[in-house]
Amino acid sequence: MADNTFKVSIITPERTFYEGEATMVEFNTVEGEIGVYPKHIPLTTVIAPGICTIHEAETEKKAAIHAGLATVMPDQVTLLAEIAEWPDEIDVDRARSAEDRARERLASKDENIDVLRAEIALKKALVRQDIKA
Amino acid sequence: MASMRDIKRRKQSVTSTQQITKAMKLVSTVKLQKARAKAEQTTPYFNAMYNTICGMLAKAGSVNNKYLSDNGSNKIGVIVISSNRGLAGGYNSNIVKMITGADMKPEDVKLYVIGHKGGESLTHKGYEVVKDYSPVMEAPTYPDAMVICEDVLEAYASGEIGQIYLVYTHFKNTVSQIPKLMKLLPAEIDEADVESAKTSNAEALMNFEPNEEEALELIIPKYVTSLVYGALVEAVASENGARMQAMDSATNNAEDIISDLSLKYNRARQGSITQELTEIIAGAEALS
Repeated sequence: MADNTFKVSIITPERTFYEGEATMVEFNTVEGEIGVYPKHIPLTTVIAPGICTIHEAETEKKAAIHAGLATVMPDQVTLLAEIAEWPDEIDVDRARSAEDRARERLASKDENIDVLRAEIALKKALVRQDIKA
Repeated sequence: MASMRDIKRRKQSVTSTQQITKAMKLVSTVKLQKARAKAEQTTPYFNAMYNTICGMLAKAGSVNNKYLSDNGSNKIGVIVISSNRGLAGGYNSNIVKMITGADMKPEDVKLYVIGHKGGESLTHKGYEVVKDYSPVMEAPTYPDAMVICEDVLEAYASGEIGQIYLVYTHFKNTVSQIPKLMKLLPAEIDEADVESAKTSNAEALMNFEPNEEEALELIIPKYVTSLVYGALVEAVASENGARMQAMDSATNNAEDIISDLSLKYNRARQGSITQELTEIIAGAEALS
């Protein structure tokens, strides 16, 4: 293994989503966006909906990751994602209608609305559209 | 002795039953292979999740977390995973026995059932079914598990239930499926695993963002969800394994019955021929 790369794996409950060598990964956590280079201090953090960018030696890959947790080790990053999608797996129309629905729910003053859930749905919809744009 | 026609009719009906059981066996074999592949894919996720939890507990020590300590309610929430269809041997009744045989009073138990069969027989036995997610069993996905866990964890957080158990069938291999009763919350993590995480250097240096307690609170529901999802996919594999076995032995039994009936039929045929012959000879003798 070269000095400036490390192992990145993204695992979802349904499959091993990505596995490979990368020079850097960026993703969004509940505390804000972070970028991780090799030899990072060990860190466990909770993932928030966002775009995960994997910088490989020459190329970079983007994926939408919606929830889960990340374990960072000096030579390895493991993202346990509950939902992860490549851009070509995303249905923009569906994301757009999900966005509308979530906005509607947030706008209505109904007390039965689970605001937190609607907000998360909205974030997911926005991330999905973002990555396609 | 039954008449030749009766035996023939019986044989035909057993043959058509055998055709059905044979077809069902083939179908469940295919489904089993698919379900098994799916179950195997969840293992890495679950293992990584378990290691993280152990690491966190090793670092955090005995934190005061609502998911780790008793909340005082004596009601027990049980997530029961059975199947929607029967003809799977003892698959569903084993699940039901796990609950009736456990040390729980029916009036203290609140059931969250997945699968009609288990739900029906448990309602019959006087257990209270809070919610039924049976359609999930057709093709369980992770979001399904998230929905179930959300409901159960909400009941736990509000103090409605004090413990959460999970009953499912562990898929050991194609011929052996073991019903299991597992405690989900308050979470029980194997002490030995926590100790080994403590001693490994990397884990000892682990940092958490947000801090351990908040992170635990966010991660434990995910851990529970991953367990439930794992149990769902394993249960699908087990169901098909159990059905495959049940149908295999049904096909074999039908084979036995058919060969037995063939023997009887041939004997009856032989008997009737002999009888006819004796009658003809007796008739001929009487004439001469």
